Amino acid sequence: MTTARLHGTGLSLGYDERVVAADLDITIPDQSFTVIVGPNACGKSTTLRALARMLKPRTGAVYLDGSVITSLPSKEVARRLGLLPQSSIVPDGITVADLVARGRYPHQRLMRQWSRQDEAAVNAAMAATHVDDLAERVVDELSGGQRQRVWLAMVLAQETSILLLDEPTTFLDICHQIEVLDLCADLHEQGRTLVAVLHDLNQACRYATHLIVMRGGRIVAEGDPGEIVTADLMREVFDLRCEVIEDPQSGTPMIVPEARRRARTPA
Amino acid sequence: MTATAGGAPVRRVARPPVVRVGALSVRLAPRGLAAGVGLVAVAAVVAVLAIGTGDFPVSPPDVIAALTGGGTPAHRFIVGEIRAPRVLTGLLVGAAFGVSGALFQSVTRNPLGSPDFLGFTAGASTGGILAVILGGTGWVIAGGSLLGCAAASLAVYLLSYRRGAHGYRLVLVGAGVAAILLAVDSYLLTRADIHDAASAAAWLTGSLSGRGWDHAVPVALALAVLVPLCAPLSRPLRMIEMGDDAAQAMGIAVERVRLAAVLIGVALCGVATAAAGPVAFVALAAPQLARRLTGSPGVTLIASGLMGAVLLILSDLAAQRVIAPAQLPVGIMTAALGGAYLAWLLRKERR
Repeated sequence: MTTARLHGTGLSLGYDERVVAADLDITIPDQSFTVIVGPNACGKSTTLRALARMLKPRTGAVYLDGSVITSLPSKEVARRLGLLPQSSIVPDGITVADLVARGRYPHQRLMRQWSRQDEAAVNAAMAATHVDDLAERVVDELSGGQRQRVWLAMVLAQETSILLLDEPTTFLDICHQIEVLDLCADLHEQGRTLVAVLHDLNQACRYATHLIVMRGGRIVAEGDPGEIVTADLMREVFDLRCEVIEDPQSGTPMIVPEARRRARTPA
Repeated sequence: MTATAGGAPVRRVARPPVVRVGALSVRLAPRGLAAGVGLVAVAAVVAVLAIGTGDFPVSPPDVIAALTGGGTPAHRFIVGEIRAPRVLTGLLVGAAFGVSGALFQSVTRNPLGSPDFLGFTAGASTGGILAVILGGTGWVIAGGSLLGCAAASLAVYLLSYRRGAHGYRLVLVGAGVAAILLAVDSYLLTRADIHDAASAAAWLTGSLSGRGWDHAVPVALALAVLVPLCAPLSRPLRMIEMGDDAAQAMGIAVERVRLAAVLIGVALCGVATAAAGPVAFVALAAPQLARRLTGSPGVTLIASGLMGAVLLILSDLAAQRVIAPAQLPVGIMTAALGGAYLAWLLRKERR
């Protein structure tokens, strides 16, 4: 078995005194759309931050293409691996095209600020995320869904083959959530490796090719959602009594929580 | 990625002009360039008017003649030895405050994050007063305010450092340190000899009166060293304005860039205060006015410096003219203008 491009071994992660994960091994299969789920404070976002070299593990290491990720020049990593953080700040009065262009930073130098490749990458990223019509608009004036597509375009303009997304659908209504996830699925189909932290289990099962289920800083189960998601697993991980049925649209597992009130038939 | 990612046709979007020479490529911002040229022109005109203003008026053509080595000996003396160094000190101090304010507003991501509010100017004041009270003059006062500025900023940086020096913590801690230092200033002034207190109070408002070449030259040297150091910081700082995570993900060493920006900002602010006293509000207002003038997202360093220079000498010219022949210190004028600006800013931000 060849090793995956992005993996971590023996990771111990935490902030100040708080330990979030201890001795965690995680592997992101190449070309997968990996989704990490788990209850609040299970360490999923922390794990993603460690994979993106934003958090230095206390022990263990994250490897990118065989090298310890923190030993590589950070700008070099940024040409291979992109991250969409949970929240970013829109600079006052910036246009869509200018914000997307900032994704080219890792490819630029002081005296090489705007090459033809930069221009092509920005235009392609805006087209892929369908924000090219908004190019000259000011980002502050856009809707939440449009804004999230602009942030995605910025990360796409970075032209990395690995994309990490930290809760890309938070604060979006259901229609924009699906729009963003469909876009992610398209990006995956074009050959990129995607890793996303998601809250919605049904969306996770629908879009993930590889699901990682975490609790208390450990990986409880991982694999194809259709093979690992069961009512027992949900009870173990989320303390949730539920039925798992087949999603009528996609055939993937669909979690239906048990109704304590308004139950149709006695359980 | 191919040019037709996602199957959608790629449209070319109108982009700002780019200069490409071989492997080099630089983006131009036409409005930013125009604003910069405009500010330089305004600064030149105001400078000539300011040099001509005083008990012994000199007409603009005579000012230009004297500056270029012509004119009468009397004009050459008044312009070259007395007024030009004062106006030049004003331009340089204004520029230093402008760039310093831009650096701090960028680092704190806050239009109120200027050295006035972060306690750095207050530190410089306290250092300066101490020097005055201990009988210092000239260079000793300058040194005292530089040291005070450095000590206050070190204190603010260390007190607000927790897994990185974050913007809002810097602003809150800075406001607290500034308040404490203000109390120290008042205490020192009440304990001081009445003559010392009077000269300290005059220095505290910030003034260009009596500034000569020995003030202008050190500020010029400091700017010549510090401003070029800002050049490699400008683009990373703009990325950090989008958030630490976003910038770090793009490969920027966030804490290192931030520390460098703070060090340069403190040095500029300290040097400017040493030369002219803690002139209020230039560092606060210049970056925001420059940003609106250039229409650029985020803080712009060069335009902020030019704007600071224009603001300071305009204020000085006004301070000399308003109740002539009596002269106000420039700090009173900038404080009055800055107060109005601050009220406007807060009103706008609340909406």
